[in-house]
Amino acid sequence: MRYLPITVVLIGAAMLGGCNGGVLDPHGPVAEAERQIMLNSTGIMLAIVIPTILATLGVAYWFRASNERARYLPDFDYSGRLEVLVWSIPLMTVLLLGGVTWVGSFDLDPPKAIAAAGKPVRVQVVALDWKWLFIYPDQGVASVNHLTVPVGTAISFELTSSGVMNSFFVPQLGGQIYTMAGMVTRLNLRADHVGTYRGISSNYSGAGFSDMHFNVDVIPEENFAQWLSATRNAGPVLDSQSYSELAKPSQAVAPFTYRALAPGLFNTILSAGSPYNPLCVSPARLTHSLRSEQ
Amino acid sequence: MNLLGKLDWNAIPFDQPIVMGAGGGVILAIVFVLSWVTLKGYVPYLWREWITSVDHKRIGVMYLVLALLMLLRGFSDAIMMRSQQAVAAGGAQGYLPPEHYDQIFSAHGTIMIFFVAMPLVIGLMNFAVPLQLGIRDVAFPTLNSVGLWLTASGILLTNVSLVIGEFARTGWMAYPPLSELQFSPGVGVDYYLWSLQISGIGTLLTGINFVTTILKARAPGMGYMRMPVFCWTALASNLMIVAVFPILTATLAMLLLDRYVGFHFFSLDAGGNVMMYVNLFWMWGHPEVYILVLPAFGIFSEVSATFSGKPLFGYRSMVAATMAICILSMMVWLHHFFTMGASASVNAFFGVASMIIGVPTGVKVFNWMFTMYGGRVRFEVPVLWTIGFMVTFVLGGLTGVLLAVPPVDWQVHNSLFLVAHFHHVIIPGVVFGAFAGYVYWFPKAFGFKLDETWGRRAFWCWFIGFHLAFMPLYVVGLMGMTRRLQHYDVLSWQPWLLVAEVGAVIVLAGIACQVIQLVVSIRNREKLRVGGDPWNGRTLEWATASPPPAWNFAVVPHVATLDAFWNAKRRAATGANQAAQARAYTPIEMPKNSPIGFVNAFFAVVTGFALIWHIWWMAGVGLLGAFAAFLVFAFRDEDEVEVPVEQIARFEQSHPAEVVL
Repeated sequence: MRYLPITVVLIGAAMLGGCNGGVLDPHGPVAEAERQIMLNSTGIMLAIVIPTILATLGVAYWFRASNERARYLPDFDYSGRLEVLVWSIPLMTVLLLGGVTWVGSFDLDPPKAIAAAGKPVRVQVVALDWKWLFIYPDQGVASVNHLTVPVGTAISFELTSSGVMNSFFVPQLGGQIYTMAGMVTRLNLRADHVGTYRGISSNYSGAGFSDMHFNVDVIPEENFAQWLSATRNAGPVLDSQSYSELAKPSQAVAPFTYRALAPGLFNTILSAGSPYNPLCVSPARLTHSLRSEQ
Repeated sequence: MNLLGKLDWNAIPFDQPIVMGAGGGVILAIVFVLSWVTLKGYVPYLWREWITSVDHKRIGVMYLVLALLMLLRGFSDAIMMRSQQAVAAGGAQGYLPPEHYDQIFSAHGTIMIFFVAMPLVIGLMNFAVPLQLGIRDVAFPTLNSVGLWLTASGILLTNVSLVIGEFARTGWMAYPPLSELQFSPGVGVDYYLWSLQISGIGTLLTGINFVTTILKARAPGMGYMRMPVFCWTALASNLMIVAVFPILTATLAMLLLDRYVGFHFFSLDAGGNVMMYVNLFWMWGHPEVYILVLPAFGIFSEVSATFSGKPLFGYRSMVAATMAICILSMMVWLHHFFTMGASASVNAFFGVASMIIGVPTGVKVFNWMFTMYGGRVRFEVPVLWTIGFMVTFVLGGLTGVLLAVPPVDWQVHNSLFLVAHFHHVIIPGVVFGAFAGYVYWFPKAFGFKLDETWGRRAFWCWFIGFHLAFMPLYVVGLMGMTRRLQHYDVLSWQPWLLVAEVGAVIVLAGIACQVIQLVVSIRNREKLRVGGDPWNGRTLEWATASPPPAWNFAVVPHVATLDAFWNAKRRAATGANQAAQARAYTPIEMPKNSPIGFVNAFFAVVTGFALIWHIWWMAGVGLLGAFAAFLVFAFRDEDEVEVPVEQIARFEQSHPAEVVL
């Protein structure tokens, strides 16, 4: 029993070491802050939970029926002091954690802009059956199942879905957010180290869901410019026609890029009723999307 | 018009050997059991004494039989999923294609929540609550039977989907738009919806019945503060059923309208909104967790007090905590989707609200500990489940509070971390609780104890297997593995999933131990035979014979204290309560058995099946049949039978009460 705390620490360390590539191995300020909150909250709670587990086992063992040295108190069923104690321990813990939660929810609110040098890169994300479309509206290019972003720059995501709900998630850069048809969700991330990170859909969306992952290439600023010009020189154009082709269900699609965009495509997708009829705009949905735009 | 709607030979998946093998096996087993029962001539007995029974104890036992059978089905799904994820790494696709794998995890969730956990707790409440309240039956005995059989109808329909057609491939929450006709045109979602609608009505009827029973039908003298704590948790649980099951029914009805008649509640076009479904679903779904776990908390309270030989510590605190959880649980549903993009203040509010539930729950854990403090703790099997629960559940609670912190939730939502968390609370909480209750009340139900050695083996297999199966899932969840993956390409996840597979196999060994335990106990029942009070109990169910007569108590007890039976035993020991054994009995009016529950459930299955397959004439026949059965029942001449005094006296003579209440 004496060695239990150290064992817990060791196992914890071993687990952290084994978590390369996950949320415990952050490469951006959002994921880092989120990990810190996770570790802080876990620490606060373990301080209560471990003694409780030990006390439970200890009390049960000491007061076993065969232990003649243990006192038998057949009428011990109330103690005002203990009652105050048992209510206040969890209450204090929750007060502390509640503070962490409240502050964290505002600090890390996904739509909140992230401080970074230079202008943020805007990326419009569309979850399709079963692949990801990334539109760079300011750069006029798009890519499928592959996201390329410059290091140290804030990335401002606007996300929607062509139909089924998905969740956009790059564990090493920061928390996820749902993509829902006809609605825009917003997320801001920043990658602080060059590298390739795994992105996934984290909300089950049907048969091709397991292959709905992509790589995020975080590259130096100058390489990003090179990537843009290379992308602009090759590949198809993304317009409403090639979009309806792309929107048809397909699985494990190999990454590729579009060299140019039809303007306003994201808003068209947003207001479309269904991926199979991309240009049918229902008035109700349009007002909803306009509202979300504001 | 096609007479069979959408149904044809293509509905039977002849090309899928796993499905055909499993389905064939189940059908063979059913045919075998039915023919054995028929050949042995047990059918009239079963019909008279069980199927048409309105006795709450028998209904409780039948709920438990259903739940344990469905546990086998749900666990088969679980071990198939674990095996698939253990092998489908890298380029491998495993042995289950997506269209089959997706049905399996949807069926696993649906079955485990609705058809294992719910019947387990409802069965135990049915069996124990009226006995603990010192009464002879629930407020509406026939309604009770209707509730049971409607649950059975839902179970039957879900299992029919194994062989005829398919089950939903949407996950057990069936979020639209995936569950809308546009993306799920098959019958799978319809099986899901009609099974839950039919069994949901049964659950609601049970809730109404138990709220009424506990509020209006307690033994004379049993004020609210003299009620055993299990009855309090049952009251809280059933109040929640009455409050939130209609939400589920309405939500699923809206999805049915979308699917069947082209409404647009949750569709992509014409103003439908998926967020509404998600909100409504969890307005039911979060309280549902407490509907399941509160009665289990009640069982742990009874077990820790009984086997410590002292009263529950802080009874009033426990009652307050139970009712606080009952109310708070309905205010936290949004924490199931912090990732939907609500504003920071909404997320923060629901995060803090969710944590507040941790306060009364923490109080309960401390009170169970102080119940053992100063006791003489007998480490019988129910105590093993209880202590196993306490030390496991606090860690599951810890990860639950973590998930209530929105920034943490964004990182682990929908991951295997989440899967590990809810199994970490539901398995120790609900399942261990139900098993503790099963071992605890089994001798009361059948008059003999369950074999202890096999009980201990079952506990240790479950306890170790559970940890091996779910702790690795926390790790892969933190490594970024999301749930419901049919295959994956990150090889570093695989070792953890292999460990989880080993854990699942050990749990399987635990289930095998329980099956063996039951068989061994039935064979040795003469040796394991016990009297009315095998555990030195405290509450009224131990005051009557084991198994109790249909009327429970020959004379309705008068209750003057909490732990009424314990105090009566104490008074008897000091010689203060030596009432004469020869007592004056009066004839007892007992509710008459009725086939209405079974008959209505039969028509419910017909109607449900017809609606799933769009066989409209058959749906009409089913509804008409149910209505006709109801009319016949409504015009019955007599609904009670009188138990004569001689019969009561004879029973009391052969089962002398240890203590007269």
